[in-house]
Amino acid sequence: MPKDQPTIDLSPKVSDEVRKTTCYMCACRCGINVHMKDGEVAYIEGNKDHPVNKGVLCAKGSAGIMQVNAPSRLRAPLKRVGPRGSGEFEEISWDEALEIATDWLAPIRKDDPSKLAFFTGRDQSQSFTSFFAQNFGTPNYAAHGGFCSVNMAAAGIYTMGGAFWEFGQPDWDHTKLFVLFGVAEDHDSNPIKMGIGKIKARGARVVGVNPIRTGYNAVADDWFGITPGTDGLLILSIVHCLMKAGRIDLDYLARFTNAPCFVNGDEKSPEFGLLLRDDAGKELVMDRAAGKLTPFDQKGVKPDLSATYRHAGVTHRTVMHHMAERYLQDEYTPEAVADRVGIPAPRIRALAAEIARTAFEEAFELDQEWTDFRGETHKTMTGRPVSFHSMRGISAHANGFQTCRALHVLQIILGTVEVPGGFRFKPPYPKPATAHPKPHCGVTPAAPLDGPHLGFVHGPDDLALKEDGTPARIDKAFTWENPMSAHGLMHMVISNAHAGDPYKIDTLFMYMANMSWNSSMNTRGVIDMLTDQDEEGEYVIPRIIYSDAYSSEMVAYADLILPDTTYLERHDCISLLDRPICEADAAADAIRWPVIEPDRDVRGFQSVLCDLGARLGLPGFTNEDGSQKYADYGDYIVNHQRKPGIGPLAGWRMSDKGLTNGRGDVNEGQLDSYINNGGFWVGHIPDEALYYKPWNSAYQDWAVELGLFDSPQPYLFSLYVEPMRRFQLAAEGHGDRQPPEHLRARILETMDPLPIWYDPAPDNRAEAYPITALTQRPMAMYHSWGSQNAWLRQLHGHNPLYVPTNLMRLHGLTDGDWARVISPHGEITVPVLEMAALNPNTVWTWNAIGKRKGAWALDEDAPEATRGFLLNHLIHELLPPKGDGLRWSNSDPITGQAAWFDLKVRIEKADAPAESQPSLAPIKSPVGKGPSKLSWKVGK
Amino acid sequence: MHPAPSVIFFTVFSGIGFGLLFFLGLGIPAVTGWTAFAFFVIAYLCAVGGLISSTFHLGHPERALKAFTQWRSSWLSREGWCAVIALILMGLYGAGLVFFGQHWGLIGFLGSVFSVLTVFTTSMIYTQLKTIPRWNTPLTPAMFMSFSLSGGALLAGQTTWAMVLIAIAAAIQIVLWMQGDGALAGSGTDLATATGLGTGGSVRAFEPPHTGTNYLLKEFAYTVGRKHSQKLRIISIGLFAVLPVVLLLLPFSHFIALLAVASHVAGALAARWLFFAEAEHVVGLYYGKR
Amino acid sequence: MTTLPQTTERKLGLVIDLDTCVGCHACVISCKGWNTENYGAPLSDTDAYGGDPSGTFLNRVHSYEVQPEAGAAQLIHFPKSCLHCEDAPCVTVCPTGASYKRVEDGIVLVNETDCIGCGLCAWACPYGAREMDAVEKVMKKCTLCVDRIYNENLPEEDREPACVRTCPAGARHFGDFADPDSNVSKLTAERGGMELMPEQGTKPVNRYLPPRPKDTIETDQIDILAPYLAPVAEEATGFLGWLDKTLEKL
Ligand SMILES: Nc1nc2c(c(=O)[nH]1)N[C@H]1C(S)=C(S)[C@@H](COP(=O)(O)OP(=O)(O)OC[C@H]3O[C@@H](n4cnc5c(=O)[nH]c(N)nc54)[C@H](O)[C@@H]3O)O[C@H]1N2
Ligand SMILES: Nc1nc2c(c(=O)[nH]1)N[C@H]1C(S)=C(S)[C@@H](COP(=O)(O)OP(=O)(O)OC[C@H]3O[C@@H](n4cnc5c(=O)[nH]c(N)nc54)[C@H](O)[C@@H]3O)O[C@H]1N2
Ligand code: SF4
Ligand code: SF4
Ligand code: SF4
Ligand code: SF4
Ligand code: SF4
Ligand SMILES: [Mo]
Repeated sequence: MPKDQPTIDLSPKVSDEVRKTTCYMCACRCGINVHMKDGEVAYIEGNKDHPVNKGVLCAKGSAGIMQVNAPSRLRAPLKRVGPRGSGEFEEISWDEALEIATDWLAPIRKDDPSKLAFFTGRDQSQSFTSFFAQNFGTPNYAAHGGFCSVNMAAAGIYTMGGAFWEFGQPDWDHTKLFVLFGVAEDHDSNPIKMGIGKIKARGARVVGVNPIRTGYNAVADDWFGITPGTDGLLILSIVHCLMKAGRIDLDYLARFTNAPCFVNGDEKSPEFGLLLRDDAGKELVMDRAAGKLTPFDQKGVKPDLSATYRHAGVTHRTVMHHMAERYLQDEYTPEAVADRVGIPAPRIRALAAEIARTAFEEAFELDQEWTDFRGETHKTMTGRPVSFHSMRGISAHANGFQTCRALHVLQIILGTVEVPGGFRFKPPYPKPATAHPKPHCGVTPAAPLDGPHLGFVHGPDDLALKEDGTPARIDKAFTWENPMSAHGLMHMVISNAHAGDPYKIDTLFMYMANMSWNSSMNTRGVIDMLTDQDEEGEYVIPRIIYSDAYSSEMVAYADLILPDTTYLERHDCISLLDRPICEADAAADAIRWPVIEPDRDVRGFQSVLCDLGARLGLPGFTNEDGSQKYADYGDYIVNHQRKPGIGPLAGWRMSDKGLTNGRGDVNEGQLDSYINNGGFWVGHIPDEALYYKPWNSAYQDWAVELGLFDSPQPYLFSLYVEPMRRFQLAAEGHGDRQPPEHLRARILETMDPLPIWYDPAPDNRAEAYPITALTQRPMAMYHSWGSQNAWLRQLHGHNPLYVPTNLMRLHGLTDGDWARVISPHGEITVPVLEMAALNPNTVWTWNAIGKRKGAWALDEDAPEATRGFLLNHLIHELLPPKGDGLRWSNSDPITGQAAWFDLKVRIEKADAPAESQPSLAPIKSPVGKGPSKLSWKVGK
Repeated sequence: MHPAPSVIFFTVFSGIGFGLLFFLGLGIPAVTGWTAFAFFVIAYLCAVGGLISSTFHLGHPERALKAFTQWRSSWLSREGWCAVIALILMGLYGAGLVFFGQHWGLIGFLGSVFSVLTVFTTSMIYTQLKTIPRWNTPLTPAMFMSFSLSGGALLAGQTTWAMVLIAIAAAIQIVLWMQGDGALAGSGTDLATATGLGTGGSVRAFEPPHTGTNYLLKEFAYTVGRKHSQKLRIISIGLFAVLPVVLLLLPFSHFIALLAVASHVAGALAARWLFFAEAEHVVGLYYGKR
Repeated sequence: MTTLPQTTERKLGLVIDLDTCVGCHACVISCKGWNTENYGAPLSDTDAYGGDPSGTFLNRVHSYEVQPEAGAAQLIHFPKSCLHCEDAPCVTVCPTGASYKRVEDGIVLVNETDCIGCGLCAWACPYGAREMDAVEKVMKKCTLCVDRIYNENLPEEDREPACVRTCPAGARHFGDFADPDSNVSKLTAERGGMELMPEQGTKPVNRYLPPRPKDTIETDQIDILAPYLAPVAEEATGFLGWLDKTLEKL
């Protein structure tokens, strides 16, 4: 070493101990190594052994240490002392808090459990919270899926028994063309980044379809800057091109989908448009070999796609016939759709051709034998290396369900679902809609609900309606307004409760949802509903209980606050019963455990529910002697059994022969086994079961053995979704359960069993408000949580409105100017920034950066509050009046999914205001403020 | 560049101080005793005051001695050495003049040389920076030295020298300004070379890496409006050159001389403010600030 | 020492793939986390929860738009940290010798106990790779995680920079540019790894892989692709005829 070069310590001690748990800076749930020094968190990195992230970590994950140190953490239970919304609270003991809650809830349960609405937002313990709600007996339970991406989930499950979202993934190892529709980040955050990195390193092509070219779309080899809301049209045009050229996988369609099934063609029949079935209810196909009708699943059957079946003077045709008839029409040619989708016809053709080329010319075989559900053994697995992924960009529109369906139909006709190189499900999927529960709403005072709240309807009979036909649920889920609302409609709860429509409630109990701010449409209006009082001065929504971990905007609007811990201070369970962390080739679940103890008087929310459930005497939460059944959530995770042998965690269960996985008895040491294994468990799928899962006997047997199903559940993909037709039939006048008159036409029009496209723009008054306004998630921020994080808020401390170059010029704007953005519902004034790589009729901003003054322990002059803003002020839960005397909901008519991205606006240059508008009055911080300087090292 | 007051004061006053020392070292004016003392006090106040003010700019002034170690490569280190040598030599020389009535010509001469060298090394700290094309020119040392010497001449009461040197300084300053305005563009460094993305088309900075500010933006992204800068240039020329020369042309009085000095110093401060404030550091390109 | 070594035994540095970087800022924050806890003074933040938050980071992710002559504008995410230049002007300007380039691996470091916080090195760096810490008042810069890459307390596989280990997209690569067979040398050769501001003469060690050509699906390939969409029949009925025929062959 040269003499004037200092000697440095190249091997400093990194930490005293590494504790491995699961990240919760977002819902991706990566594995983390928490490095501890002197008992404190010193540094967080990714866990290399973890199935989700394999060592990598996003910005939020690495910044977890600042979340755990954030000054915004709630410190103790709070009782409201000032008016709602003031932020004035008094700290109380847990005993007092739980007594108050019990005093409020016990009488409700005794008289009418539906007076409690329990909605749990960004919940990762839904199988547990729904268990609580079911035990309580209220039908009014759901989590956040309704305003999030239920279109994506429901369309996938109804069509193919699984969805994108985080429930499936492209075959990153084999795919050669990856087409991404409308994704900025998604729940599978790190896996998508890893996947894109991996396939780009191989030189595979990435195509991004998105009005905005940032992030994944920026690295895409080809960008299609589509007009928002028109993806369905683009996709169906590609379907047109592929069908016309015969570039579809006929063998796959015949074997694995309902393309060869017969659609009842008898116009006079109450079953017109339903599929022909045998007496056992099995779909019938024409067997090419035998030339006769046969149930689809018989051994050796070769379903004929092009068959017709004449019976009693009526010709029944296959789904394939119906598809050809529809999609070969000229209305779907690229030339016919180009203007509307904003992409030139030759480019659409080029994309279709590239898809066709890759799927069929680059097809390959994996040398892996497998046996299908008909008993036929295949020597190899055929790869079609085209894969798709999509999320809210197509689902958060009022035509989102059908658009998501269209995309699935596209992948299915290419034969690229569950094959090498294509899209793959992650356990517990594939799981067809028929294998899911149906919604339940049977209320009995002082008793549990008659079954699970949420599920999949298969026709009008399954709707959650009362005897008199009125909605059984406060959010009007599973009603004629949105029959297939599989995730509930959390975004309608506050407005319905306020309006007393369909009925009044007594207590609104929420968990982990910032409903007075970024998760609501019409934020100001929601605030008014939460604070509205009747003539007697009582709040219209009488009681609000809320659990948050931080001083969010919503805290100020609750009467009782149950402060949660941070994610490093509690037990959590990422369960196969819920939203697990499986990969396409493995089942996996995980836990969080208290790697540090809280330094405040806070408790894990689930543990609080264990206590509250016992105080209320809920059967699932009390022993026979009336004592508390689960000491805390950790106790529940280990000891609860849904069914004999099936508990929240699948790993390290107990059998006669010792430890086992999947089905098994309770193992008291289970959590320790998880901790010793890095916080997670993985069970690999055998090689012969890795693809073709819905039809692969080896997979089906594996799934049964693991406890995902009780018996094999092979099924056909539903190009044609029969339940939708059942709703149409009702709208045509068939059956006892009839839709209200004003909804008939809409049901007929929108609930087409084959994907269609309709334009949501006119309902949003596009003629006067011609620009679409969108939001995107910043990769480094999680909704509203990021701003309390001293590191992350430096990256995104405020959010300009990005305006395309042409509109900047048109309105005489330059960077740093301010613009008024006006929607049919409201107006905001915000700073603008120019962006060239943007659809010319689209403006956008980062989601949930704007903050209310006084929240999150930030100073009142924080840029989040002075320059940041929410687009939500411009979005309303109802569409602008149409003049028909009705107010239609701003959501998908099929699922009720909130149509965030249908927002239409116009913009004009504005004088720079002192701060972005509207600027709401500050709320009082229940936690004080943070320190000004941060400079420390743990353990020094 | 952020026009830090400490650095503006430092460069202007130490420049003038060493300028005066330069003349004193050459025996101009040939003073001794208390008159010499007065001159030297003024020179030292300026030079040392400037140097001290420059330490305000340091994060760890208590470690300032370490700055003497790297004279082989660092102009800042060399400046330190030159300043100390100049001050010691001139201290000796001044002591001779004040206390012993002795004119140690060789020491004075060497002191003058090191005084000039000090100003030169100071200027080289800026000149050497390729990152700031406006400074990266031989005109920068020329400007620093001409300012130093004209200020020195003024304080030394060398009216003629002062007028000539001021004119030279003004000329250099004007050329430096004009040339400086095109320096970044002419430097060959632009957003295309900064990002390497130029081959794909025209490059534009989009979202910055952080919405808040940081050290780089505070230090390097300072900009002055064109109009503002034109105005200040005129004011500064007026103050450091035109007015002093006019005043010096008037019949001599101590008051007028003082006024000329004050005007010159004020103008020099303004010019130096502009020197920093107008300097575009290439790092600004990354932030789309150029 | 302020003079630069003539040569270094190894030339450690990063390759950053602009074709793959999705701009997620993961590298920014993992760098902040590691370096707050490790080498030298912590990376501080001022007005952390206030109106003007500002802090020290050693790695920042910019973004640029490129407008080609024809076709859609492109967006490129652009991470930037110290490039560990061979001719590092930040080193030679340093008056105290606090800034130096290590002879064994070429890593440019600041010896914080010698740094007087004059800022000159940051002035000399064309890349904005140095930030003065507002609380500690010393110059901070990327250390290339010198306290990770040789750290015997870390498992072998973790002996790489924090930013590289964390990058979800795999857009960051670490290695020895002096070794022509290293991953970084190969990537640089294969993908035309470029220097930033070569005209500044700093000879940066880190290289950037340029984005691959974009939006070529239509222009470059249409002739090849067109046949894939040749219709099997014009009429819907013709389609069904084709279907029948094709099915026969299955
Ligand atoms: N304009 C616009 N609005 C949108 C969207 C959009 O794209 N554009 N997206 C919508 C979608 S998809 C969603 S999912 C919603 C999300 O909106 P929200 O569900 O409101 O999401 P968050 O901001 O994550 O807030 C959840 C709350 O959980 C709290 N929290 C965080 N960690 C914990 C914890 O450990 N325990 C407890 N008890 N609480 C915790 C936070 O402090 C915060 O108050 O936003 C919706 N709103
Ligand atoms: N970092 C981070 N990760 C998150 C979250 C977060 O807040 N931060 N939130 C989580 C949650 S709750 C959710 S729901 C997921 C959502 O993940 P994403 O689905 O990625 O959600 P968004 O960010 O809303 O992105 C929607 C994308 O769709 C595009 N888009 C909008 N309209 C259209 C359209 O009509 N057509 C097409 N093709 N594209 C369109 C938008 O430009 C945007 O890029 O992310 C999850 N992951
Ligand atoms: S994606 Fe990031 S925030 Fe989400 S779980 Fe993974 S590391 Fe944590
Ligand atoms: S972590 Fe990787 S992908 Fe993310 S910004 Fe850094 S280099 Fe880019
Ligand atoms: S990038 Fe800047 S700080 Fe790093 S070695 Fe080069 S000049 Fe020095
Ligand atoms: S700030 Fe420190 S490292 Fe930089 S030049 Fe000055 S003394 Fe050297
Ligand atoms: S190498 Fe280390 S210090 Fe340098 S940018 Fe990466 S994480 Fe930061
Ligand atoms: Mo969501």
